[in-house]
Amino acid sequence: MIAQPPIKHLLGIKGLDVSHIQTIFETADNFKTLLNGPVKKTPALRDITIANLFFENSTRTRVSFELAEKRLGADIINFSSSSSSVKKGETLIDTVNNILSMKVDMVVMRHPAPGACMFLAKHIDAQIINAGDGTHEHPTQALLDAFSIREEFGDVAGKKVVIVGDILHSRVALSNIYCLQLLGAEVMVCGPATLIPKYISNLGVKVSHNLNEALKWCDVANMLRIQLERQDQRYFPSLKEYSNLYGLTMDKLKQLNKEICIMHPGPINRGVEISSEVADSDNSIILQQVENGVAIRMAVLFLLGQQRL
Amino acid sequence: MSQPKLLISTNKLNLIIKRFALQLIEMHGDFSNAAIIGLQPRGINLAKKLADVITDLQPETALKYGELDHTFFRDDIGRGEIFMPKKSTINFSTENLNIILVDDVLYTGRSVRASIDAIMSFGRPKQVELMVLVDRRFQRELPISPNYVGVVVDSRSTGEHVKVEWTVDEQQVWLLSNKE
Repeated sequence: MIAQPPIKHLLGIKGLDVSHIQTIFETADNFKTLLNGPVKKTPALRDITIANLFFENSTRTRVSFELAEKRLGADIINFSSSSSSVKKGETLIDTVNNILSMKVDMVVMRHPAPGACMFLAKHIDAQIINAGDGTHEHPTQALLDAFSIREEFGDVAGKKVVIVGDILHSRVALSNIYCLQLLGAEVMVCGPATLIPKYISNLGVKVSHNLNEALKWCDVANMLRIQLERQDQRYFPSLKEYSNLYGLTMDKLKQLNKEICIMHPGPINRGVEISSEVADSDNSIILQQVENGVAIRMAVLFLLGQQRL
Repeated sequence: MSQPKLLISTNKLNLIIKRFALQLIEMHGDFSNAAIIGLQPRGINLAKKLADVITDLQPETALKYGELDHTFFRDDIGRGEIFMPKKSTINFSTENLNIILVDDVLYTGRSVRASIDAIMSFGRPKQVELMVLVDRRFQRELPISPNYVGVVVDSRSTGEHVKVEWTVDEQQVWLLSNKE
């Protein structure tokens, strides 16, 4: 299947349709086969140079993109704002244009400002992949999450997924909502009222403030971290209280009388939103998510590298 | 060339496949160290039929059969045409095996070059052989040569193409003008 209409950038899940996502998944299936073999590389993007611009901290996403790019044979440049001329007052467009003048074809960017990737796509010629822009979107995380659900259940359609935690500051939540709904899943968000934006019900998701009820409803629970770095005020009395009410523990799972699939985009704060026992349990597919991240990112890079997705 | 030319009829194709099967049995015996790999997308019809005929001729054979897609190893990615990968299904290690790649038409040799790279990602074979139904040997762009050939087409014209029809009832191979 070739996705229609073609897109040049991956700025968010919003703007994609089901055919784009299915094309990415089918391509990722093939890359997973490759990654599970003894030789994990292809020279598919050997003519392409990719700049990884990370204006925010990242471990998993940066390593995953870098590995995906190397597995595809691309040349890469790694850039982090903490060790660059951004500290000297250079603007985003100047920084990127200077890098592009060195004949870079594709930019993978993480930035604290929502819409930064969209802004960049309007002003430069290279293809842009959004690796997380502020509280806006994190499309490759949503794709790998949905791909992992598909792998676990065979299909995403009809599955009930609850996203638990700091929905207000989470780009993962927004991209997941768009992606899961496109693929036919039912989505609920769960967390304290202060961490769930009022507009969220306009997106067609259910809202709950009771974790036990949400867990009874769902097939999949995607646990999010509290994004303290984006919180400029107190949204709940204490981490202890948050953990008591919204932290996923084995006791809460045992009360369900059914098996549910546990996900987390990382990094995990063990003992806050999820207990170590649950994170390391058989129900958890957290490490499969990380593994699938490389295949999904290889698929996105490969498809965009052909100038079209 | 205006009229389509029948290169291989259904009867002749069956004879060729039987010949291929006997050649492979002669070369690889009980196939304990060999595997047949059909090349996606069009080589797999021939490869499946060949595997069936070998199993009929030699029922005790535990034939290793796989299907290979070479999209990620093409040399023309990003040059205009869009390529979507098909599924590679190889449920065994190719390490130290004699691999027989099976395709319908050998033309420029570029797909076969990509397929050799692709099969190497599943392990290091002892040997790789190539079997093709039609060899258009004067159109080669790379130094690739088949080990087993159904028919040779010596046309020097680039205005023609070989069409392999593969339905349940009929399997025929035609030489057509590119306008057809």
